[in-house]
Amino acid sequence: MEVNEQIAIDHGLKKEEYKKICDLLKRIPNLTELGIFSAMWNEHCSYKSSRLHLKKLPTSGKKVIQGPGENAGVIDIEDGDAIVFKIESHNHPSFIEPYQGAATGVGGIMRDVFTMGARPIANLNSIHFGSSQHKKTKNLLRGVVHGIGGYGNCMGVPTIAGQTSFDSSYNGNILVNAMTLGLVKKNKIFYSKAAGLNKPVIYVGSKTGRDGIHGASMASASFDEKIEEKKPTVQVGDPFTEKLLLEACLELMAGDSIIAIQDMGAAGLTSSSIEMASKGNLGIELNLNKVPCRESKMTPYEIMLSESQERMLIVLENGKEDLAKKIFDKWDLDFAVIGKTTNTKNIELYYNEKQVASIPINTLVENSPMYDRKWKKTKLPKKNLIKKEEFKKFKIKEVLNKILSNPNVCSKEWIWQQYDHTVMGDTIQKPGGDSGVVRVHGTDKAVAATVDSSAIYCWAHPLTGGKQVVCESWRNLISVGATPIAITNCLNFGSPEKEENMGEFVECVQGIGEACEYLKFPVVSGNVSFYNQTKEIGIKPTPSIGGVGLIKDYKQMVTMNFKEIDNLVLIIGKTEGHIDQSLFARNILNEKNGPPPEINLFNEKNNGETVLQLIKNNLVRSAHDVSIGGIITAVSKMCIKGNKGIEFNKPKYFMSEIEYLFSEDQGRYVIEIESKNLKKVISILDKNSVHFDELGKITDKNMIINAKTKVTIDELKSYNTNWLTNYMN
Amino acid sequence: MKSAVITFPGSNCDRDMHVALSKFGFKNKMVWHNDNELPKSDLVVLPGGFSYGDYLRCGSMASKSKIMQSVINFAKSGGLVMGICNGFQILVESGLVPGILLRNKYLEFICKNVFVKIDNKDNPYFKNLDKEVFELHVAHNEGNYFCTNDQLKEIEDNNQIAIYYCNDNGKTEEKFNPNGSLNNIAGIFNKEKNVLGMMPHPERMIDESLSGEDGSIFFKNLLNNIK
Repeated sequence: MEVNEQIAIDHGLKKEEYKKICDLLKRIPNLTELGIFSAMWNEHCSYKSSRLHLKKLPTSGKKVIQGPGENAGVIDIEDGDAIVFKIESHNHPSFIEPYQGAATGVGGIMRDVFTMGARPIANLNSIHFGSSQHKKTKNLLRGVVHGIGGYGNCMGVPTIAGQTSFDSSYNGNILVNAMTLGLVKKNKIFYSKAAGLNKPVIYVGSKTGRDGIHGASMASASFDEKIEEKKPTVQVGDPFTEKLLLEACLELMAGDSIIAIQDMGAAGLTSSSIEMASKGNLGIELNLNKVPCRESKMTPYEIMLSESQERMLIVLENGKEDLAKKIFDKWDLDFAVIGKTTNTKNIELYYNEKQVASIPINTLVENSPMYDRKWKKTKLPKKNLIKKEEFKKFKIKEVLNKILSNPNVCSKEWIWQQYDHTVMGDTIQKPGGDSGVVRVHGTDKAVAATVDSSAIYCWAHPLTGGKQVVCESWRNLISVGATPIAITNCLNFGSPEKEENMGEFVECVQGIGEACEYLKFPVVSGNVSFYNQTKEIGIKPTPSIGGVGLIKDYKQMVTMNFKEIDNLVLIIGKTEGHIDQSLFARNILNEKNGPPPEINLFNEKNNGETVLQLIKNNLVRSAHDVSIGGIITAVSKMCIKGNKGIEFNKPKYFMSEIEYLFSEDQGRYVIEIESKNLKKVISILDKNSVHFDELGKITDKNMIINAKTKVTIDELKSYNTNWLTNYMN
Repeated sequence: MKSAVITFPGSNCDRDMHVALSKFGFKNKMVWHNDNELPKSDLVVLPGGFSYGDYLRCGSMASKSKIMQSVINFAKSGGLVMGICNGFQILVESGLVPGILLRNKYLEFICKNVFVKIDNKDNPYFKNLDKEVFELHVAHNEGNYFCTNDQLKEIEDNNQIAIYYCNDNGKTEEKFNPNGSLNNIAGIFNKEKNVLGMMPHPERMIDESLSGEDGSIFFKNLLNNIK
């Protein structure tokens, strides 16, 4: 087939991009070559709309061993240990085929981590669905949860934390972001940079089939009414093979045979071979007849663009082929020498002894398009003037019921009970807490991880929202007693070709960057997912932030459940009564306008570091950050989990009780301390100039809000725990 | 005391079991499914996981693997063989214990703490246990034990039911059954009671920082019984 402009457009390329390809090659590409260009130049692989802005994020720091640009980021957790971690989206496939879409998302991110030599030790996920009233939501949720569980459970990696939200902006585009943490010795990290000439290129893992062809291109386009036709572009996962691949790779990695290794993820054999060669400034030659194929008569085009899962490409030291083959044979996996590194700086493909493609690698990577897209700034919305009397008509108990049973606040136990969260025997904080925590096997250390997003705040004001979500991640780590180290981000947005959406992206990234810079909480890996859009309707901007922190002595880990009657409860950070964009404003007042709560990075850092100091001095019995739903929501969860009540002190501020209890001011934590330690705690708080109030005292079984309002723990539990289970059954 | 844990392709609780056995004083060896011979052992454990991906029927492929002939011979000669979760499924598929394990009643994978009742103590596993109700952990998709009426009568007559799901007071009512298994059965013995299959994972409950510590009691007692 002769390639022309129309065929290029059908491959998702723009007219100008096709012209650029012809100019770079100084000829018209053949179909295989065009396929390779389209795979490498799509948004998903090339980051052509985002690169310019991502460069501004802080990516280095004392604890950073590897920042963005590798399969995953790597941070130092001392004693020669390192954590490899990354988050990645699998949004488009999950909407089309929720089980396989979500499953292969989990499989893909685990592969990114063990490609670097790390054994995965924890999975997390951030999943976002349309309105609970929408007809597709229930099935999508069930499919996604089954898919995540189906893959992670089989791999034997615990799923320790996650986040689930519902918002009508995801009706036509759900989000599935999967994150994995792996543990590796600092001196045994593997990279994707090839080195040396005539080194054998090895293919291992599953056979190549016709599934997932153009998956990355599909993920780089908006949806329309013909979306169901895209089902064949969704990959099919095989967690069993991946488990074997994991064990085989780690076995081979124990030796010194591997020069470079890269998993075949988006754009399969194309991007893996090109990335390894490009990083090593080499050429690569592949004989496609040697590629193990699942089906007969697959064409070079199909072989290069297949996104079949559970495959790896390895550049091996000469002479190590037999040793490597033995390991893969033991694990019943395919193994084939399919090519070699060259000095041509081209990717050259052979099929039936004929050259079928030859492309200079720099044209695919360095010369790939980069756009400075037009974007629109979002003004800070005006505050709503809500009269104090307005608040008086609400009964606190009724409001609390509605807030605790809101789909975005209610207990997600129905979901995480379907994920194996205890396999590997090191999970010391299960899902449902502020962060999941796993011990570093055989040591006193533990790693905490959380994944967060705040699409409402980002939608109302992207700059503030971007900062907020980083701060929330930081707080969730502090609340379990972990020192925050670094983040990974998954940036889910609408079409970059629309100025509003591009503006949301640019300003969220700016906000993320500012907060990361200030908190010394660098970005070490991540991924961008644009075109989360059906026809003209895009999602709310949803950056998901995956934060990782270290607890040096796992016995110092803190949980949120109230521990002991008569202990005192303090609120750290100032309550100003910010109601706009709160759950209360949006769901009770039905007021969707106004600015999100302000972020004060100085207070954020100071409050967080002080809470951590209190924890390290063994002064904190339980802790929880205050997020959506305000103080009373945070405290309710601490009551429910601890099976204890609280008697609130009368707030001393000039604001209504509703504002005090439901406002969403930032930088706040609720902590439980023993009364005998009050003086010590106050002296530390005062010394660091941290604002706090005495919120109340722990009681046996009632939440006593004021003289007239009392809620029993059983009532709190029924508000909070039933919604999702009832909805799904 | 010597133990052996078999690793099948897709086993994923093999390391956890090794850690637990070693912690309580067993000298444990890992054994590859493709080996012919078991090392000399006082206890053989088939661990949890997804052997062969559980693609055909849970445990059925593993039950035909090379090492299983030695395991079967070892069991037939009176050796202690314990199967946890996927290991229980393998025992059922290899015919070492009666019955089958169906998909959970609510068709969902379930991972949580459960209470189990152990009052059948005339056997090498539970002899000398000084309590009846234990908090253990389950994590499975196919733990719904089922057998025919004749089989049920036989296993009841032979006192082969090892463990029941219950509440914290030891009540074995249907509502405390996480997966719909027949009569709340969580584990059973073979006729001779040297082979034990159970869904709960004692190896995940061996440290106060984990989901609980009741697994420790189980392992310590087992070691003492074998000594």
